[in-house]
Amino acid sequence: MSSVTTATATTAVPPSKKPSTLTLDRVWLYAILLLFAFLFLMPIYVMVINSIKPLDEIRAGNLVALPLAPTLEPWVQAWSQAQIGVQATGLKPYFLNSFLMVIPAVLISTALGALNGYVLTQFKIKGGTLIFGLVLFSVFIPFQIVLIPMAKLLGELGMAGTVKGLILVHTIYGIGFGTLFFRNFYAAFPQELVKSARMDGAGFFVLFWRLMLPASLPIVVVNIIWQFTNIWNDFLFGASFSDYSSYPLTVALNNLVSSSTGVKEYNVHFAGAFIAALPTLIVYIVSGKYFVRGLMAGSVKG
Amino acid sequence: MKNRWLPSLVLSPSLLMVGVCVYGFIVFTFYLSFTSSTILPNFNLAGTENYERLFSLSTFYSSLQNLGIFSFLYITISMLLGMTLAILIDQRIRAESIFRSIFLYPMALSFIVTGTAWKWLLDPSIGLERTMHLLGFEDFVFDWIKDGEMAIYTVVIAAVWQTSGFVMALFLAGLRGIDNEVLNAARVDGAKSWRIYTRIIIPQLGPSFISSFVILAHMAIKSYDLVIALTGGGPGRATWLPSVFMYQYTFTRNEMAVGAASAVIMLVGIAIVVIPYVRREMRLNKGGHA
Repeated sequence: MSSVTTATATTAVPPSKKPSTLTLDRVWLYAILLLFAFLFLMPIYVMVINSIKPLDEIRAGNLVALPLAPTLEPWVQAWSQAQIGVQATGLKPYFLNSFLMVIPAVLISTALGALNGYVLTQFKIKGGTLIFGLVLFSVFIPFQIVLIPMAKLLGELGMAGTVKGLILVHTIYGIGFGTLFFRNFYAAFPQELVKSARMDGAGFFVLFWRLMLPASLPIVVVNIIWQFTNIWNDFLFGASFSDYSSYPLTVALNNLVSSSTGVKEYNVHFAGAFIAALPTLIVYIVSGKYFVRGLMAGSVKG
Repeated sequence: MKNRWLPSLVLSPSLLMVGVCVYGFIVFTFYLSFTSSTILPNFNLAGTENYERLFSLSTFYSSLQNLGIFSFLYITISMLLGMTLAILIDQRIRAESIFRSIFLYPMALSFIVTGTAWKWLLDPSIGLERTMHLLGFEDFVFDWIKDGEMAIYTVVIAAVWQTSGFVMALFLAGLRGIDNEVLNAARVDGAKSWRIYTRIIIPQLGPSFISSFVILAHMAIKSYDLVIALTGGGPGRATWLPSVFMYQYTFTRNEMAVGAASAVIMLVGIAIVVIPYVRREMRLNKGGHA
């Protein structure tokens, strides 16, 4: 099953004409769908609704009730005042850390992925199939198997506990997916175009830069979204290789929620969780089509 | 082309990084699991001591047991729910894309966000249980997250919520790929619609079953973030998985070699699921571009 065809199958095939009469079966169908929609939306509804309630209202009332006295105070708290680790800085600096980490890591791994995909499909490389297999397996490994040596390597490079270190780690483990995405995309690239460009004397980089890359916008977008979501949402590497100054947002959020001593400020936790979810949710809402395509291509590889 | 070495040169930095930081590191961790490393790595071989210790530890045994319960339920329920949602959505419904987006959005969230939301939803003192009490159902009890016996099932609930929309997308792709003529022929023959599903459609969804199984199984073995955010591994150690065990023994309890051994076991588990799949892909790749 090719990833490209799989992905388009979900999005491109229009559902045939809808029946216009409502039978009892269809009423049931919609009732079940709406029930599931309700179950899927409930957690995010609870998160949002309770992030704008004063704490005593959460304790006194129920979690699904609308706020009586809506307030943005929990958001302010979560963003700039809450205690995370030693300091009461809120999530703001960690939000920034996540961006500083995710942007270079996404750009570099995308660039490398594009070049690798180009080389693996347009040139005869010795052991190409083996390389493909090794790269494919590498995206499945449990990262626990690399934690110890990676910690040692980062220590020796003087990058332990820094955002730079996290950039390096995410770039390295982003190469696999990037390579597979671009490899699958370029494998379907019309060979006549490549041949005629070569006849005209186009060299390695000219061919890539002038011919392949301009045609690659969809897969570039898919790859960027996929890498952004993965890296933004990472917790394990952040928890293993960063310290108070370089925590990514997920680690800071977990600290906020799990280590708060004394009063549990549920409303602040919900606001914090929503802040952490916003960037990827926005990406999902704005470009859902590409998100789904990446999901499919990223998982139904080859 | 003039520069024969250029393609290989461009490929080499990536190959070096993946070679060292994936395969080199696997060898390193594997070696470490046979040493006497404690706080820091050392290279003094200690035979199979760490594996013997690993399998004698009740913490590791219960981590494996939890993984068994969790992955069985997580994979089964996600597949059934995902397939059901896909079949429901495939009934030429109105607002199809809205329903699809609603079922799939949890996939965009971090497991830490999911864990935080469900942690308080399932907390008896403010979540579902208390809400039901306030709505008048005073005997309603749902305190699994505080119950060592039941807490692992709350991890299943949150994980299923997060990924079953993704399984739906995989099955929907499979459904949309089925040849319409066969279906129409069956309809003309007067086959009942549920029969068309059980006899004709579902048997053709093999590839969707395989992909979702591989993905869900490897996600189950790797699950870490969700457990940390939802239960912190607790109550006590009731929801430890091998991933939690590995982190605790390596970085908190200073038994690095035992931690390394547990990571090797995790890798073996994933390899069993993934290698047949990778080999198939390599065969397809050899026979020209699929």
